[in-house]
Amino acid sequence: MVEKTFTVTAETGIHARPATLLVQAAGKFDSEINLAYKEKKVNLKSIMGVMSLGIGKGAEITISAEGSDENDALNTLAETLNREGLAE
Amino acid sequence: MSTLISGIAASNGIAIAKAYRLTEPDLSIVKRSIEDVGAEISRFKEAIQKSTNELEIIRDKAEKDLGADKAAIFDAHLLVLADPELITPIQDKIQSENVNAEFSLNETASMFITMFEQMDNEYMKERAADIRDVTKRVLSHLLGVHIPNPSMIAEEVIIIAEDLTPSDTAQLNPAYVKGFTTDIGGRTSHSAIMARSLEIPAVVGAKSVTSSIENGDLVIIDGLKGEVHINPTPELVKRYEEEQEAYARQKAEWAKLVHEKTVTNDGHHVELAANIGTPKDLEGVHQNGGEGIGLYRTEFLYMGRNDFPSEEEQFEAYKAVLEGMSGKPVVVRTLDIGGDKELPYLELPKEMNPFLGYRAIRLCLNEQEIFRTQLRALLRASIYGDLKIMFPMIATLAEFREAKAVLAEVRQELLDNGIQVAEKIEVGIMVEIPSTAVMADIFAKEVDFFSIGTNDLIQYTMAADRMNERVSYLYQPYNPAILRLVKMVIDAAHKEGKWAGMCGEMAGDEVAIPILIGLGLDEFSMSATSILKARSLISQLSLEEMKKLSQEVLGLDTNDNVKEAVVNALKK
Repeated sequence: MVEKTFTVTAETGIHARPATLLVQAAGKFDSEINLAYKEKKVNLKSIMGVMSLGIGKGAEITISAEGSDENDALNTLAETLNREGLAE
Repeated sequence: MSTLISGIAASNGIAIAKAYRLTEPDLSIVKRSIEDVGAEISRFKEAIQKSTNELEIIRDKAEKDLGADKAAIFDAHLLVLADPELITPIQDKIQSENVNAEFSLNETASMFITMFEQMDNEYMKERAADIRDVTKRVLSHLLGVHIPNPSMIAEEVIIIAEDLTPSDTAQLNPAYVKGFTTDIGGRTSHSAIMARSLEIPAVVGAKSVTSSIENGDLVIIDGLKGEVHINPTPELVKRYEEEQEAYARQKAEWAKLVHEKTVTNDGHHVELAANIGTPKDLEGVHQNGGEGIGLYRTEFLYMGRNDFPSEEEQFEAYKAVLEGMSGKPVVVRTLDIGGDKELPYLELPKEMNPFLGYRAIRLCLNEQEIFRTQLRALLRASIYGDLKIMFPMIATLAEFREAKAVLAEVRQELLDNGIQVAEKIEVGIMVEIPSTAVMADIFAKEVDFFSIGTNDLIQYTMAADRMNERVSYLYQPYNPAILRLVKMVIDAAHKEGKWAGMCGEMAGDEVAIPILIGLGLDEFSMSATSILKARSLISQLSLEEMKKLSQEVLGLDTNDNVKEAVVNALKK
């Protein structure tokens, strides 16, 4: 399993468009991918799961991936977060 | 056999086309136990697949027509459809409880909907609506019922609906929508006004159209008589096709008056102006020979979106209208929101009596940032034409004075910043509240003009909600009570050397026009499509005779008797 922690920098947090982008990106991989925030952990391939966390600006989030393409998955998601200016 | 339903003639013309129901389908579900779990899960997957295909088409179309921003919502919907946290539990439930897919979907989705609705974040609460929307789509496929998609219509149709909201009408493509009919509504409801501006025939308030007409039924809309024919006989279709042609010929006859002035047969000139909602309506105004804009309803700039329009956006719209009218007068009404026109993002509490509540100038004077932004945009645009500013729903002089003071402040701020503003901008009011009509002589000393908004003036004078069909008989434009108020307003304006116009439905009404000519009304503002007909009518009237006629009807007793007197006088 691989994982990485980010700090959310987007003004609106991980809502709407950002959530859509992340879930779309996660859906392309076979690995099991999770998103953890505070005490909660959700499936990053689930739009409703991601939105239900209500992640705001400044939040510490951890993305973990486990499976055949776990490294690829984590890199792609990290890249998406950076590119869209969502988190670093 | 042909069936006839009568309603209110809302927009003239004849349409013959197949019915397209824009109605909420029956998505009620029952819990059933199932034998073949595998087959039920396949059925569910198939419904998901169909919904996905449908949404992809809608998304692509939205992206093409409306831009990526508006299409984003459908991306989110597609993700909900593919969400393992939603789909897996539904399948598990089918399997473990031996229940049908509809029930399982509904139970699971409801759980998520409740969860989102309970979050204390407005944005999250709205996501509940997304899930509900997606669930409805899948359910419709499971149940085999049709969910209307107005933006996907690709053949000539007649829309059948309970009512049409502004967002419904915004999605309709006028190239395919030949007419519509609704269960509720009156001549002044949003749907009726929209039909006239789109120049499509409509019959509203037809009570039972949604319960009597199926998708694909052949329907004739007679927008002159207010009749809806369902599955007409070939003879009837033929007769209506002939009428359609006759109407087209009549319109061609009126079209000859496009560049003419509006003058009575004894040489009295009045101005025929148009009511518009957006710069796009200007095309119709020019085609119909409008001599100005008597009412620019700015609220359409604010509707069908998620946030207020910026000053820049407003400025562009106002400038486009002023330039488009090349120096002809343009009366812009400041924001008139509330009543039957809601703005979701304004988050106003529900009111018991919205027509008597917090709306129009009342709201603008209280939420001044909204008002000032609009006034800034208007004043900046003023140098591009002949702008006149009109405040809606003025009930007291204090309101008018306050609104005018805000306008003066905004003007000074602009001038201080070196921004150009037209030297002379007339400032007037809508007269739609009886208190203002009664006080017109005092108002006339301070305003530059009056425009009588008869739709509301009638509703407030008769104390009859114009959205309520059960009291629609009280919508009596020719009632002497209304006519006397109208006369007071016109006389008061003239006494102070000001002008009086009218921008309600009555201004384009064939029975009212002769009376209004006689009362000395200076400007008539109506749906652009009514202008040529009105010009033709006025050219046959004599001011002197109409003065006598109006004098006579003002002394009559009832709406019906006034109408009869006018009709008889015109026959001569």
